[in-house]
Amino acid sequence: MVMFWVSLLAISILLYVLLDGVDLGVGLLFGLSNGEARRGAMLSAVAPIWDGNETWLVVTAVILWGAFPLVYATLLSAFYLPLIVMLAGLILRGVAFEFRYKTQRLRWIWDLSFAGGSLIATFIQGVTVGALVEGLQFTNGEYSGGAVGWLTPFTVLCGIGLCLGYALLGACWLVRKCEGEVRDIARRQIPVLAVGVLAFLVVVFAYALAENLPILHRWIDRPYLFVFPAIGAIAATVLALSVLNHNDYLPFHMVALIFMSAFGTLALSFWPYMIPFVITVDQAAAPQSSLVFMFWGCGVIVFPLMLIYTLVSYSVFRGKVWASGGYGH
Amino acid sequence: MDLTALLLSRIQFAFTITFHIIFPSFTIGLAAWLTVLETLWIATGRPAYRVIFDFWLKIFGVAFGLGVVSGVVMAFQFGTNWSVLSKVAGPIQGPLLMYETFTAFMLEASFFGVLIFGRSRVPPWFYLFSTAMVALGTTFSAFWIMVNNSWMQVPSGYVMENGSFVPNDWTKIIFNSVVWSRFPHMLLASYLTGAFCVAATGAWYVLRKEYHAESRIMLRMGLGLAAVLMPIQLFFGHLNGIYVNTYQPSKMAAIEGRWNDEKPAGEVLFARPDVENRRNRFAIRLPPPFGSLIDSDSLTAGETGLNSIPLENWPPVVVPFFAFRIMVGCGLLMLGLAWLGSYLSYRHRLAYNRPLLWLTFLSFPLPFVAIITGWFTAEVGRQPWVVYGVLRTANAVTPFLTAREATISLAIFCSVYAFIFLFGTFYIYRLIRIGPARKPFEVPHLVVPNRPMSLADEEPMPVPSHVIAGE
Repeated sequence: MVMFWVSLLAISILLYVLLDGVDLGVGLLFGLSNGEARRGAMLSAVAPIWDGNETWLVVTAVILWGAFPLVYATLLSAFYLPLIVMLAGLILRGVAFEFRYKTQRLRWIWDLSFAGGSLIATFIQGVTVGALVEGLQFTNGEYSGGAVGWLTPFTVLCGIGLCLGYALLGACWLVRKCEGEVRDIARRQIPVLAVGVLAFLVVVFAYALAENLPILHRWIDRPYLFVFPAIGAIAATVLALSVLNHNDYLPFHMVALIFMSAFGTLALSFWPYMIPFVITVDQAAAPQSSLVFMFWGCGVIVFPLMLIYTLVSYSVFRGKVWASGGYGH
Repeated sequence: MDLTALLLSRIQFAFTITFHIIFPSFTIGLAAWLTVLETLWIATGRPAYRVIFDFWLKIFGVAFGLGVVSGVVMAFQFGTNWSVLSKVAGPIQGPLLMYETFTAFMLEASFFGVLIFGRSRVPPWFYLFSTAMVALGTTFSAFWIMVNNSWMQVPSGYVMENGSFVPNDWTKIIFNSVVWSRFPHMLLASYLTGAFCVAATGAWYVLRKEYHAESRIMLRMGLGLAAVLMPIQLFFGHLNGIYVNTYQPSKMAAIEGRWNDEKPAGEVLFARPDVENRRNRFAIRLPPPFGSLIDSDSLTAGETGLNSIPLENWPPVVVPFFAFRIMVGCGLLMLGLAWLGSYLSYRHRLAYNRPLLWLTFLSFPLPFVAIITGWFTAEVGRQPWVVYGVLRTANAVTPFLTAREATISLAIFCSVYAFIFLFGTFYIYRLIRIGPARKPFEVPHLVVPNRPMSLADEEPMPVPSHVIAGE
């Protein structure tokens, strides 16, 4: 039963990162772009999907609370300020989608909150992962790192790294969904962002070596973990080739694969800990009576329906968005 | 543990949840009303019903969107500010809220999509069915929230293990009698909210001499519904009083401003409670046995006063005392308005009675005020407990949270919420001001079930369509 909920949690987190990573990444690139025509096209590439993507964050939160209350309570309270700033960022970004087209004069406000909200949310998610990798300070099982215990040079680096990563994901999405100028600019952005992500990974690895982070020992203990970076490397090679060949569809899948292998690396190097190296999965799990109660209604019936719904809504909006005449000239 | 961080966390929770409840209470009522309208449209074929339906569906979209956005915050706030509560009560509250989220998602995902896209694509009966399912979904959502809150008011169906609440009887948690008086009370409150918003809009159009047929339907149906529901609501309110008196004597004593045990008890209608001296100033009282009659349905029952409750278990007296009276006052005003208005409407005189039209128009805040003050009564009256009688609020807050962090987060929430609330209500106001469209309703481009607010877009997104890959 515990394993069932661990899997659901892992699926939810991975889906959130992959899906919301796309629209947060587009939000980041949106901040760098200019011209109503380009901005409009970028927005419509993610408008039909952003809210559904964000749902997975809420799903992650309630699965954590229901199935792993100890982790829910510990993580959310330890990351107090960053989480609240992230929520504010997500709210601003979310309403920007809705309110932007209800006004002409004040459109710049919503453009600003769209790009700014995306930046804040992405940066903080990176910082959070970085802080987990580096290890939060705990005393007797209780967080004791203080208000800004999550803020170190390493976590800031991870924040920047995730911004690059999401932007890369976003650029690949734009290449896949758009045509003309928007696609061409996005395609030129991919190599820059990819090199940035690569540089970030090298620096992170060097830092981990220099600081002798505990997570490194997991790697020595579990050599099979190197499968994931290998998959990542292959995906990166295919990405480079597909960009050179002007393929519109492969880059996105390759970057998604890179993200998945990064997720797999982290998840398996943490295992069996949920908060490394303080709280394990079994310690965190809710009592059997809670897990069983959720299993039949939420786990067996609704969760698969949610997955199907996600698939269906993506297939409804598959293909390119295209700019019609009468706009942009 | 810092007292200020505790107080700030309480203020923050109160602020965000008060902001949030405005939207669901409106949309639950509106969804039910849309179902009624759609039924009438199918049954009578009168175009006005269809026009009104399309009009309120747009407003439903904006309000629903704001409810979703402000609801996301709630899913996190238990963990950020109330880590001890979410840890020890997580095995019970977590699953309940998971059911709530999943139900809400199901509603948003499936039938709401049909509502937005589907009129031309599905048979009429299925469209009606989808409307009813959306109404049912919002109702289920409210149900899980009420189960969760009722468990905090009257905890049951659990055992304590290592300091945590471990559920051992879910039927007791879900089907206890407290839920079944509180859930209908909240549901009726939502229906009344919908009814008064609709009636007020109708009154506004009558005053402006616009939308002749539509305005009269809104006015008549809104007031008529309220006239029927209001007495039922008072009955359920009374049942709630009985549960409070049975399980939470300290809350009841604060609501009633009752300092000493009385047998049989009198009833304080109005007063200014003086907590320091433990007495009421300027009290207007009904003599015994009115207090016993109201609180216990009995002529002779003894009622507990605050003096026989240890001071450390007292709730703040002033807030529940006044909040309760404001709620009841709003309820009685609504009852009077609904009955008088419905009577005049029955005699076909309402449309010419400008003072009453003005009163109806101005009445739309009443249900919101009643809901918010009702919740203040329930939640502040539960203090100093977060899980009544078992876990104190002061022990439930995140132990290492500092006052500075809590101040910053409260400031962030206040400014962001003020910002989006301002624009949100402005857009709803603009929709209502423009009024129902006479021409058939066209679905704007790129509207998807996940973007309810886009129904109300003035200008469609500049990119009009999707082509399937390969075309």
